[in-house]
Amino acid sequence: MILDAKIPPGPIEKKWTSFKNNAKLINPANKRKFRVIVVGTGLAGSSAAATLAELGYQVDSFCFHDSPRRAHSIAAQGGINAAKNYQNDGDSVWRLFYDTIKGGDFRAREANVYRLAEVSGNIIDQCVSQGVPFAREYGGELANRSFGGAQVSRTFYAKGQTGQQLLLGAYSALSNQIGLGRITMHENSEMLDLVLVDGHAKGIVVRNLITGAISSHAADTVLLCTGGYSNAYYLSTNARGSNVTATWRAYKRGALFANPCYTQIHPTCIPVAGDYQSKLTLMSESLRNDGRVWVPKKKGDNRAPGEIPEDERDYYLERKYPSYGNLAPRDISSRSAKEVCDEGRGVGPGGLGVYLDLGGAIKRLGKHVIEERYGNLFEMYGNITGENAYERPMRIFPALHYTMGGLWVDYNLMSNIPGLHVLGEANFSDHGANRLGASALMQGLADGYFVIPNTLGEYLSTQFGGSKVSTELPEFKKTEQEVRERVNMLLSVKGCVPVDEFHRQLGLILWDKCGMARDDAGLRLAINEIRALRDRFWKEVAVPGTGTDLNQSLERAGRVADFLEFGELLCLDALTREESCGGHFRVEHQTPDGEALRHDDKFASVFAWRHQGDGNAPELVKEPLQYEAVHLATRSYK
Amino acid sequence: MNFHLRLWRQDSKAADGRFEDIEARDIPAECSFLEMLDIVNNRLVVSGQEPVSFESDCREGICGTCSIVINGVPQGPGRGAACQVYMRKFAEGDTITVEPFRAGAFPILKDLVVDRSAYDRIIRAGGFIDEHTGGAPDASATPIPKPVADAAMDAAACIGCGACAAACPNSSAMLFVGAKVTHLNLLPQGKPEAKKRARMMVRAMEAEGFGNCSNYYACEAVCPANVSASVIAKLNRDYIAGEFAEAVGAID
Repeated sequence: MILDAKIPPGPIEKKWTSFKNNAKLINPANKRKFRVIVVGTGLAGSSAAATLAELGYQVDSFCFHDSPRRAHSIAAQGGINAAKNYQNDGDSVWRLFYDTIKGGDFRAREANVYRLAEVSGNIIDQCVSQGVPFAREYGGELANRSFGGAQVSRTFYAKGQTGQQLLLGAYSALSNQIGLGRITMHENSEMLDLVLVDGHAKGIVVRNLITGAISSHAADTVLLCTGGYSNAYYLSTNARGSNVTATWRAYKRGALFANPCYTQIHPTCIPVAGDYQSKLTLMSESLRNDGRVWVPKKKGDNRAPGEIPEDERDYYLERKYPSYGNLAPRDISSRSAKEVCDEGRGVGPGGLGVYLDLGGAIKRLGKHVIEERYGNLFEMYGNITGENAYERPMRIFPALHYTMGGLWVDYNLMSNIPGLHVLGEANFSDHGANRLGASALMQGLADGYFVIPNTLGEYLSTQFGGSKVSTELPEFKKTEQEVRERVNMLLSVKGCVPVDEFHRQLGLILWDKCGMARDDAGLRLAINEIRALRDRFWKEVAVPGTGTDLNQSLERAGRVADFLEFGELLCLDALTREESCGGHFRVEHQTPDGEALRHDDKFASVFAWRHQGDGNAPELVKEPLQYEAVHLATRSYK
Repeated sequence: MNFHLRLWRQDSKAADGRFEDIEARDIPAECSFLEMLDIVNNRLVVSGQEPVSFESDCREGICGTCSIVINGVPQGPGRGAACQVYMRKFAEGDTITVEPFRAGAFPILKDLVVDRSAYDRIIRAGGFIDEHTGGAPDASATPIPKPVADAAMDAAACIGCGACAAACPNSSAMLFVGAKVTHLNLLPQGKPEAKKRARMMVRAMEAEGFGNCSNYYACEAVCPANVSASVIAKLNRDYIAGEFAEAVGAID
């Protein structure tokens, strides 16, 4: 199988423009005839659904939440990047592009990333027009701050709630279109399978989480905007409901899953406190603008942080990476935290924590300034830990946060299944092996507002004529039947171990063996352990109740069953990629000073996995990454 | 720690509900209220009983999915959503009553889960700026004074959870509607539709069966996003202007 990324010809600065100049257009009368299914209502899904409806397409939007506004994009804190150069500090489209490619450790597709940087400015314009209340200076102009992996201030923000405000902007546009009758909104509807007709994605099967009803929905094309798979690790910063089911079901129908081992472990989260814990809470990276990360120089130093004098503290990021300091990228900061904790210099319970200290900034700027910038984060920290971060430094530790891998897509955001488009975190394309801070919001909105409205015509223009697909087709009946059987299988195990228990154990396996450091033996062991756990799941899981009403155990069981399959692919990908890059750190492949060591000769390509039936090894399909505009270099933040 | 829970159980929208007594034993003091419910639920599952249905998602206070009343207070004691309540705030042996939000416009679906789609319908009536993708001027074209941007942000912080209506003796959703109207109407981009927005959203609110504000301020007291009741004053001003403009046929 050969993967064609359909990258437009020409120099990188011209690719998107020349694509748009030559793109297939659908005239307004024909747009009305096309039906588009959008699954997910986060930044990518809401913005895509609203924009496509504005253009005249008939849109069906699906979310498993009770309201589209609850999608997990809402929880993003820090900000959104854009190459506006309002600060006059040397930013440009090229620099944002280069920072993102470099931040991704040269494992992202160049043309996609350049386009992302190019449309970044339009996103800010669009959001301001919608009423997103970005932070402003006294004169009324937009404020910016810095984020990891960049030396310019290009991050726009709305307090520590940027994701919330951007999502509410997209949700308001979506709501407007729903009110006008151009979008049919299906809340409480979880996608459980993808329907193919003659090899094309033409619909989905969903389960209504309130009534238990299983139904089919047909369309001319399907957009998956269903987010990432961090929750495979059980404890992550993701919402409890975030899951891999939609993309995993598409994979099992033939869509390629690309680079699943590229997972992002965020350096600044509140440490784990006990085994009852249901999730981890992020402390925005923006805190590193004003905060300094340190641990005691001495091993096992149990003094309170305030009693440790300045010269006995190790500000290890500033020491190791003097030019980026506390703003080193996430993968590097996380690994450095692990390193100092492994050396026995970690702080807090179990020694699994480092200090994020804003004491200096409070002295320099005053408590009120810090309160205004990060007040909600300090409050959240106080609530969870019972400690006052204005008086003693926060304790933080890395946690699973974002997944760069996802379904393979070409330049048009279409997967290898014709008609199946994948947007936002659910696809693999823009962040390579590590995502920079404030880039996820940018990508979700770029895909939905500006990319898919221009690229969707490439597929739809091939779909004129022929009969319209209806849910009466046998393909729909068959898929629906399979979904019913799977639901019944979960209900009929009748074991006595709660779903959460399996999920927690899967999380422990993945965190230990496929977390911040990975090696051959550990990954092989993890695969065996996951298989054994999966077998146990299908013998012992307890799913009380029925399938015909609201049954939260059943919802979770379905998601965990998919995570138990997906986890194996995640480890297989990590095992096959015998190099270190970005968030994927193989201990066998490191430089003498412990930095990630890439092997560009063998691994400068996308690893996309193709399902070959349950119980068979998936096929590995490679897309070589061609770098025309940038030179592959060893990342350095020193 | 050990607690005595009085939990609301209700099989379906049509069924009658009842309080059920459940003992929550050996609960770590560091865990959150929802994690305590997780522990209780997993024990129920192991003993072959149906767990208590309750909603939550982000568990960091921002998604607005939580919809429970703890000891009579929507979203529980302290600031923030119910997911931000920690067991260390309770005393050993406490009896804790847990109910779903109570408001006519939020029908109970099962146990602690309620239907809050009324809020989405109110937003669809006017809680947006009618602006299509692609037509936006440069973001810096219109300066917005910091105090205005900040006030808009404070109102925009609403998480749409419904605690305001659940706390109000009159089941009023005016804090929710006022927050959206204030957020958008303060901004220059929201001005063209300001009066229409207030008019349409208030009408939608009434059609959903929510009452009007009767100045109890219970909404402000429970709001997990610290939205000030002053947004209701702004809403009233814009609403009256909107109705009046329509009545006299003014174009603005």
